[in-house]
Amino acid sequence: MANIRKIARRTFLIGSAAIVGGAAFGAWYVNRPAENPLKTPEGGAAFNPFVLIDQNGITLIAKHVEMGQGSRTTLAALIAEELDVRLEDVRVLQGQPAQAYYNSALLGELVPGNGYDRGGFAHALGETLGVLGKVLNMQVTGGSSAMKDGFTQMRLAGASAREALKDAAAARLGVAKSQLKTENGQVIAADGTTLAYTELAAEAGQMDLSEPELRPASEWKYIGKSMPRVDMAGKVTGTAQYGMDVRPEGLKFAALRANPKRTGMTKFDASAAETMPGVEGVYDLGDAIAVVANNTWLAMQALEAVEVTWGAALYPNETDQIFARIEQGFDLEANSTMRDDGDAEAGAPTGSLAVEAQYKAPYLAHAAMEPLNATALYTGDAMEIWSGNQGPMLHRQHAAAEAGLTEEQVTLHTPYLGGGFGRRGDFDYTSYVARLAVQMQGTPVMLTWSREEDMRHDFYRPGALARMKGAVKDGRAVLLDGQVSAQSTTVQVMKRWMDFEVGGPDKGHVDAIFNAPYAIENHRVRGYHADVDVPVGAWRSVAASFNAFFQDSFMDEMAHAAGVDPLEFRLQHMREEFPEGAACLEKVREMSAWTGSTPEGVGRGVAFAYSFGTPVAQVVEVVQQDSGIHVNKVWIACDMGTALDPSIIEAQMFGGMVYGLSAAIYEEITFSNGEVEQYNFPDFDATRMHTMPEVEVAILEAQEHLGGAGEPGTPPIAPALANALFDLTGTRARELPLNKTFDFKY
Amino acid sequence: MATRLTVNGKQLNTDLPEDVPLLWVLRDEFGMTGTKFGCGVSACGACTVHIDGEAQRSCQVALGDVWGDVTTIEGLGTPDNMAVIQQSWLDHQVAQCGWCQSGQIMQAASLLAQNPTPTDQDIDDAMQGNLCRCGTYPRIRAAIHDAASKIGG
Repeated sequence: MANIRKIARRTFLIGSAAIVGGAAFGAWYVNRPAENPLKTPEGGAAFNPFVLIDQNGITLIAKHVEMGQGSRTTLAALIAEELDVRLEDVRVLQGQPAQAYYNSALLGELVPGNGYDRGGFAHALGETLGVLGKVLNMQVTGGSSAMKDGFTQMRLAGASAREALKDAAAARLGVAKSQLKTENGQVIAADGTTLAYTELAAEAGQMDLSEPELRPASEWKYIGKSMPRVDMAGKVTGTAQYGMDVRPEGLKFAALRANPKRTGMTKFDASAAETMPGVEGVYDLGDAIAVVANNTWLAMQALEAVEVTWGAALYPNETDQIFARIEQGFDLEANSTMRDDGDAEAGAPTGSLAVEAQYKAPYLAHAAMEPLNATALYTGDAMEIWSGNQGPMLHRQHAAAEAGLTEEQVTLHTPYLGGGFGRRGDFDYTSYVARLAVQMQGTPVMLTWSREEDMRHDFYRPGALARMKGAVKDGRAVLLDGQVSAQSTTVQVMKRWMDFEVGGPDKGHVDAIFNAPYAIENHRVRGYHADVDVPVGAWRSVAASFNAFFQDSFMDEMAHAAGVDPLEFRLQHMREEFPEGAACLEKVREMSAWTGSTPEGVGRGVAFAYSFGTPVAQVVEVVQQDSGIHVNKVWIACDMGTALDPSIIEAQMFGGMVYGLSAAIYEEITFSNGEVEQYNFPDFDATRMHTMPEVEVAILEAQEHLGGAGEPGTPPIAPALANALFDLTGTRARELPLNKTFDFKY
Repeated sequence: MATRLTVNGKQLNTDLPEDVPLLWVLRDEFGMTGTKFGCGVSACGACTVHIDGEAQRSCQVALGDVWGDVTTIEGLGTPDNMAVIQQSWLDHQVAQCGWCQSGQIMQAASLLAQNPTPTDQDIDDAMQGNLCRCGTYPRIRAAIHDAASKIGG
């Protein structure tokens, strides 16, 4: 097993064929069933890692964490569909850290190719690559992958348990299994006899499991319907338990202050803090200080009184210097040229009109509503941790390392996440609490970050620059030559999370630009890894969040240069290249009654992005009001194949859009003296009720394969808005956030 | 010196210093975790509770300054016995991550108590201090209108 992991590491060349070889080598291993982490309950059965039934009831296990995206509900509905239970009659719990819950879809994104014209072979390759996630213990919620991962597996889990329950009932009643049916948690015999699953479970657990057939879509009761979310009642009554809400007996409350320059600590003086009200101790966490008190606020107050000398930053101190390094990235060898059609090197073809533009996108914080926190109890030979996180095995592994324990000695609970957006894949807050708990053996402690700590110690969405060259002729684009320079999220995250040195072309770095589904005769996209080391991480939609701004702002510029309506211009280049994407554009044209012209004081823009397997088109309308520009309405059309839960998809589509809208208008992380200059929401604002546009979402279902939902709504909004502002004002903004160029309503 | 508070109709005592914000008394002293910490500077509304029926940011009210009876999300209704507004939130499937929703609901309940038939503009004015990073605003607006119609009959 260890060897397989080593081999996988050696061959981990992202976006290349070598990784497929690695996966193939490990096939014997990855195809072996992972151990069931559920223990057989007394008088019941754990049929598989996802279904547990005993006399107390039916429990379903969600393999992905719930951070607002609704996957707990849909994963449970997929099981329930085949198990024949009602969601209101079952408990749905979060899976513990376990290999059985590995994400089979996340790495599938890395398969070579643009994704949207993925035929059967490439799709199968993606699935093969996906199983590598098991070898790598990739129990990760991210990459908009939960449904791709769970769609078949969850239904099989439900169906195989159902068949075992029927086998047990047949044996007990002495009737043929074919005479039995199942409904609402019961097996029902032809004579009307009913046997509850809960009373059959123990016998059913003894039955051999067979691989059942899955029901056809025509028989689905839940899939495709909007199901009431299993987390909703708790979340509207304040009873849902998040990381910050756990209260183990004897809990102490701690607050954290870490180096804003992101390195070590030279010295600190806590003498003033130690005598402050409620304070029970000040702890050295290496590159951070923790104050433990009987109240979180008192701990935060005392932290202010600690005098610390921090180490210097390992990246340039000032924002301008950081961006100068990103600019220098263009002088390095390209990391990837993932699209190279025709001859882009030759430049604008004879008789064409050249268009050139440069764009800039800032660093961004995640700013999830629940500030980072985690809780731990260390007892010498074991540790229990509560941490809202997006990677249970990863968090457990790093916590165990902090405590000098094996992973098996660490129990990690994942309560609800008060927002993740990629931030809670990183494990720093779990590591810190483990480091603190070890110094407080026998006492449970919660370590909470202030909003200021949270915002100033993020793993940021990288700042990025683009150089775009294009040319138009006879109403069409004849050249698109795009270059993007930024820090690589992939490289830094894989190093930090798994100690991987990844090489090869970084597909994620150029997502939503190299695979923008526009057919252009001379079309090249090159990605550059900027040599600068600001802490960066996965931010909802990752590099697609800036690449779509570059790509579809420039598409707009080319449309205007060509004298063609921007929506029609996109369609002309997409209809044959990606019909399902074009259909999304057609849909928003219809929904918004797009005419290509707007009255005085109103502007409209359109944009499109393909990311995480899902095409999304958006039309934005802005209006000039006395108090500033207001984003009035956004029309969204998406296609992720079979729409498993329309209400949840709609919520992700407009929610993802708002996350991108907030960033597009207001948000920017800047650096001075090596420290982030934004502290709290007043410095990093977001869309609010009075600035929120009306939204209308259409869900198309033409794609053959499932696409993601959590992220694809985010990328198109920045270019759509910039394009609408151009329509309104005639000013082309090529830098985010847009409030640097325009006065918005506040 | 012990401070006595009335929270959700119950008398509760604490020996915490009087400058501790009500938010942290509720959460860490009384174990009432339905009220959420979001920013600590009155910029997000996640900590909204009622004092004498009116919405207040509990991160900005010192324990010693609490001037009336406190109601938190737990006092509004329970999963088995929800207030009308909570039921509307459920019917409209408002919450995503949910961290801000206690505050959103307490703010909206206060609005409806003062203005049983709010317009969209009234909702904008009352709710703009309550941040939601998941962007649930369209459903919040719909749920408020829905609750208004039910409460108004």
